[in-house]
Amino acid sequence: MHIPDGFLNAATVGTTYVLAVGGVANAIRVAREKLGEKHIPMMGILAAFVFTAQMLNFPIIGGTSGHVIGAALVAILLGPWAAVIIMSVVLITQSFIFQDGGLLALGANILNMGIIACLGAYYIYNPVNTLLGSNRRSKLVASFIAAWGSVLLASIACAIELALSGVSPMGVVLPAMAGIHALIGIGEGLITAVVLSLIMSTRADLLALERI
Amino acid sequence: MKINRKWWLIALVLCLVFATISPLASYFPDGLEKVAEDNGFLSAAGETPFEFIADYTFPGIENEAVATILAGWLGVLVLFVIAYGLAWLIILKKKGKTNI
Repeated sequence: MHIPDGFLNAATVGTTYVLAVGGVANAIRVAREKLGEKHIPMMGILAAFVFTAQMLNFPIIGGTSGHVIGAALVAILLGPWAAVIIMSVVLITQSFIFQDGGLLALGANILNMGIIACLGAYYIYNPVNTLLGSNRRSKLVASFIAAWGSVLLASIACAIELALSGVSPMGVVLPAMAGIHALIGIGEGLITAVVLSLIMSTRADLLALERI
Repeated sequence: MKINRKWWLIALVLCLVFATISPLASYFPDGLEKVAEDNGFLSAAGETPFEFIADYTFPGIENEAVATILAGWLGVLVLFVIAYGLAWLIILKKKGKTNI
């Protein structure tokens, strides 16, 4: 879902950059208050994991592929604002070194796959987990729903930005983006739940880190 | 709760293993590309002003699978170092602040 340069108009580029910079600044402010030494290796590993997971496109229907965003897993493990930092670091590196996602579109990509996906996932996961009883099964079910929701929310934000930029009418691009990402989100949900389940069985102590 | 220090080394190796299977990833367009193609705005995508490791293919290597694996390994290591370093810096600044 990395937007290349050329899709967004100047107003959308400007607005999304302002929102992205504001979000990242807040993330760093929160991290300064709460980040502890135990979080450091986890931050490194999750950034590396998100990068490699995003390389692994899986085929869905109709000659289309999708890849995991990873925001949900990171938000569940470390909290929404630490997740915003990790996703931003990955997206900035992808844009500058790997030419994946435009430089002008970077604000929008951080807003969609960073801020919206991370906050969305976290604020879906917690209430759903609590509602379902806050046990192993509820955590896995909630992680699937949160991951699916995070992809859908990011794709809707992306569609709105494209429509506001005038590349395609809202009535066309919104259902198209939401529809295809509702499918890609199933992959995100399954992978998020599987990885969370693996961490729970092998290193449950990592789940006890303070959420940031 | 004590967290074993070695877990992250194992996790880093696992990320490198995942990067090694990256040539098997689907080459189909992703959701956004597909929507852009179907609705006739894919051509609006512009050229990038510079290229380092474009399309996750390490430049100057003929074998495409090897070039992709190298790009993946590099990305995994670079991101580990950047995120680890950034987290370390944030904590360093915090400690500096409380000392003042």
